[in-house]
Amino acid sequence: MRRLMWGGAALAIGIASTVAVATEDPIATRKQLMQSNGASMGAAQALVKGEVPFDARVAMAALQNFEAVGYAFGDYFPPGSDQGDTRASPKIWAEMAEFQQYVTDFREDAAAAVAAKPETLEAFQTALGPIGENCQQCHEEFREEN
Amino acid sequence: MLKRAAVAIAVLAIGLAALFWFITAPEPLAAAQLPAHSPDPVNGERMFHAAGCSSCHAAAQAKGEDKLKLAGGLELNTEFGVFRVPNISPDPDTGIGGWSDLDFVNAVMRGVSPGGAHYYPALPYASYTRMRVEDVLDLKAYMDTLPPVQTRVAGHALRFPYNVRRGVGLWKRLYLTDQPAVELAGGNDLALRGRYLVEGPGHCAECHTSRDFLGGLKPDLWLAGAPNPEGRGTIPNITSGDGGIGGWSEGEIAEAFKSGFKPDFDTFGGQMAAVQQDLARLPDEDLQAIAAYLKAVPPLPDAVQRPAGGS
Repeated sequence: MRRLMWGGAALAIGIASTVAVATEDPIATRKQLMQSNGASMGAAQALVKGEVPFDARVAMAALQNFEAVGYAFGDYFPPGSDQGDTRASPKIWAEMAEFQQYVTDFREDAAAAVAAKPETLEAFQTALGPIGENCQQCHEEFREEN
Repeated sequence: MLKRAAVAIAVLAIGLAALFWFITAPEPLAAAQLPAHSPDPVNGERMFHAAGCSSCHAAAQAKGEDKLKLAGGLELNTEFGVFRVPNISPDPDTGIGGWSDLDFVNAVMRGVSPGGAHYYPALPYASYTRMRVEDVLDLKAYMDTLPPVQTRVAGHALRFPYNVRRGVGLWKRLYLTDQPAVELAGGNDLALRGRYLVEGPGHCAECHTSRDFLGGLKPDLWLAGAPNPEGRGTIPNITSGDGGIGGWSEGEIAEAFKSGFKPDFDTFGGQMAAVQQDLARLPDEDLQAIAAYLKAVPPLPDAVQRPAGGS
């Protein structure tokens, strides 16, 4: 029992410190999340281009990650985090609601793709399409290219 | 004695004014200099996408068919003042529907209006001057097929001395050249085609190369990145030097233009997103040509300090 309590406490501290790190450095956190998206998109494109044979489990891993990132990403743009080592456009803070709508759309498209459980390459491509468009449109409007 | 000095000063002033007028004179082509050419609107469409006309002349972030409505109106806030992008749809009243082939060629390649005035180099004729006249005529043939839009755009609002249009003639004397920016000794046909596309219609250097205080490109920093003219941050170095795209293979460069995904599966952002969407409309061989040229230009380190990537 006592052990469990200690374990719970350690876990709580672990989570708390993760959150603390994240809020201390939202720029680094959101970059990690985007790099994770990029890795998933890399795997997804390898399937789409036939560089590796289609595997529904790999496809699902990519889609699940997009959805998970969609839940977290929008939380890491607190006021003041427009300054620093970031390519995030200042427009994000000027038009926060519009920016967050992109994040929500991204998450919902990813959730729909997960729910569709694509079993074939064709089904996966159909599910992936809107997700890629979200990336591109939001980057066009809200990310600087430097 | 005093009177004599005054006369001398007046004569000198008139002489300087005459000299200014003489050396700043627009130099349009004459009708006889246009080659006989039956225009090919299919090649014109290719030039239209290579030249990225929509990026400035269509509405901001226009998609699909709206990218073909070239009504202008975009405002470019620069250190020289506000440039207002004109209507270049084929509307005869408010666009360029009434222009002759010669008017069009002089505007695009010489920066001279049908009335004989200088255009500001916000229209990237410093690059388009390297285009083949035939390609420009094809471009006009294609643009004549686009939907006319009736919209009158107000003029520029520039600060002195930039509002003295005639002064652009001096700028042209300094910077306007139809010679290639990069010598490609032993360059193959693919890289030479790429040079034409990048240095001419593609006008990549207009954003990716740093400018001097008069707004002329610095040839020794060719494509090595520049401050972002539309805000903070930088336009990236696209040579193979430190900070550039040396890590991208030719295939990856061509693929990024086609798919919109860079080798790390990030997408293009900011102003480059619209540029990529235009480039994606080019045939594969043109994208490979651009890639071959970018790998062949002298590798330079970043011309401007910038943050290490990320979001």
